[in-house]
Amino acid sequence: MRQGFRQSMAWLHTWSGLVVGWVLFAVFVTGTATYYRAEISEWMRPELQAGASIESGRAADLAADYLKAKAPDAQGWFIGLPQPEKPLIELHWWKDLVSPMQHALLDPRTGAPTQARDTQGGDFLYRFHFELNMPPLWGRWIVGICAMILLVALVSGIITHRRIFADFFTFRRHKSAQRGWLDAHNVTGVLALPFHLMIAYTGIVTLAPMYVPWGITAAFDGDAPRFFVEAGLSPEVRAPAGKPGGLVSLAPLVAAAEARVSEPLEHVAVYNPGDAAATIVAIFEERKGLAHLHPQIAFDGATGAELGATGAVRPATHISTAFVGLHEAHFAGPALRALFFLCGLMGAAAIASGLVLWSVARLPKADERPGFGFRLVRALNVGAVAGLPVGLAAYFLANRLLPVGLAGRADIEVRIFFGAWAMIALAGLLRPHLRAWRESLGLASLLFLAIPVVSALTTGAHPFDGEARFLGFDAAMLATGLLLAFAAYEAGRARPQRRAVQADPAAEPARIPAPRPAGTPQKRNAALPQARRSA
Amino acid sequence: MVYRAAVAGRVVLAILGGYGVASLCTALLSLTLPLVRSEAVTLATLVSFAIMVAAVVYVFAARSLGRAVVGLGSLSLLLGGGLWLVNGFA
Repeated sequence: MRQGFRQSMAWLHTWSGLVVGWVLFAVFVTGTATYYRAEISEWMRPELQAGASIESGRAADLAADYLKAKAPDAQGWFIGLPQPEKPLIELHWWKDLVSPMQHALLDPRTGAPTQARDTQGGDFLYRFHFELNMPPLWGRWIVGICAMILLVALVSGIITHRRIFADFFTFRRHKSAQRGWLDAHNVTGVLALPFHLMIAYTGIVTLAPMYVPWGITAAFDGDAPRFFVEAGLSPEVRAPAGKPGGLVSLAPLVAAAEARVSEPLEHVAVYNPGDAAATIVAIFEERKGLAHLHPQIAFDGATGAELGATGAVRPATHISTAFVGLHEAHFAGPALRALFFLCGLMGAAAIASGLVLWSVARLPKADERPGFGFRLVRALNVGAVAGLPVGLAAYFLANRLLPVGLAGRADIEVRIFFGAWAMIALAGLLRPHLRAWRESLGLASLLFLAIPVVSALTTGAHPFDGEARFLGFDAAMLATGLLLAFAAYEAGRARPQRRAVQADPAAEPARIPAPRPAGTPQKRNAALPQARRSA
Repeated sequence: MVYRAAVAGRVVLAILGGYGVASLCTALLSLTLPLVRSEAVTLATLVSFAIMVAAVVYVFAARSLGRAVVGLGSLSLLLGGGLWLVNGFA
């Protein structure tokens, strides 16, 4: 674009980062929270007591009884068996591949719908992370394209960054607003750079066959199920026979499967449950190690005879599934998971500081009217970066404050999440820019700090009562609240609106580019390239 | 105006051309890597995203839009020709 390789890459980094920054910020924050998806779900269903051991076989039969009554003609059932940290039977079923997935949660002792409050829990954040609460295909494509552009932004950012090692130790917070933001962006971006590269690439790989199906098209004539079977990722599933048949009891199959594999049994899938050629697949927890490989055993639904099982996979498949495993970090122990969590936060911070840097580097001069693009970016920055935490806090608070028996409760929680977020985004338009930052971050802080209190008051469970179950969650909410309070304080501090270079142009003539008005062609030169080159 | 059109041209070329080159490469490698076919597909798909990033970087680093078009175009022709030779379009 510009003359020279590094300048063109700086241009690419600036603009590719800007166009997807707002979506990616939300993807990073919700994805980072997803490292603690199980804990969030546990907190959001305080009625459940984790830890009770429940027999899988009986739970599977209770699930099958429920589904036989509810969806005998479904194309598939997907039964999530109760686990120590999640004492629930989670059911999904689908009539065909186009109609929406149905969902139910059962009490594993009775087989009746659970008495716990209706919520999507941490699963909402998990799904939002790659589907944005849109129709799955749309959301996955949008997030995939954003991740691809993130990868481009990372690579071009690295190329731009000649002094990558020295800048590691550089944080000129007080030099000028722009310098401070640039250094903040560099520190958060560079410090966790291996993580950022890993998470962007592996994230795309989790849905690789959807984004780039052309290998399967070329080598398998587009027969994706065949590919998954040959790769050892899935056992063979039979086509329906077209005539009705009975389904065997699941408990003996669960027992037989559990005797074969040492990992805990997580799911039982039943394909064409009402058909004479039904297939039952037992799906286990991943084996120890990086790879996202769930051992699976398939049974004949009519006779219970074993049809096949997945075994060891070949090297390329192992590498590819290890990419997915790295992204999900199920292998990580508490310390590594915490490190990944921090890296995820740094990713979100790098995106947010990059977005702010864009606007700080293009602050109009005193006698100029800010252009439309400049105002749009600033408004979106407040809406995306400060609005999301408010939405998240509102989501958690709604979980505690809405009546437990309210109809459609789970959907209302989600609507409150989006409602609060949208409200902040709109309110940000009405307030002066710096005040909008301070007020929305301050509100987010207050809401987060209120969560442990509201939770204690509404559930009666609090740490001072010897109830340590949610100590970690409460601590995380308080820490988030304090962090946001600090951010609100910093955002509201009086600092020169104009870039410092105007006040002191002689001190460092070349380091900071001369301020240019927004909206003129030269502005494309601004900020990064010259700063880098001359630094 | 000319500048904006050139930028828009590069964006379009980066997206469509980058994806096209990555896809052709994936298809060709899936058929030609000396591996079991599921392995060839997996490996080819895994590297396709790196190929796309490289193609995008190339489009924006090229001296002019015309050069980028010629570069990606001839690469696509080569890959497409290779794919045709191994009966990838059959």
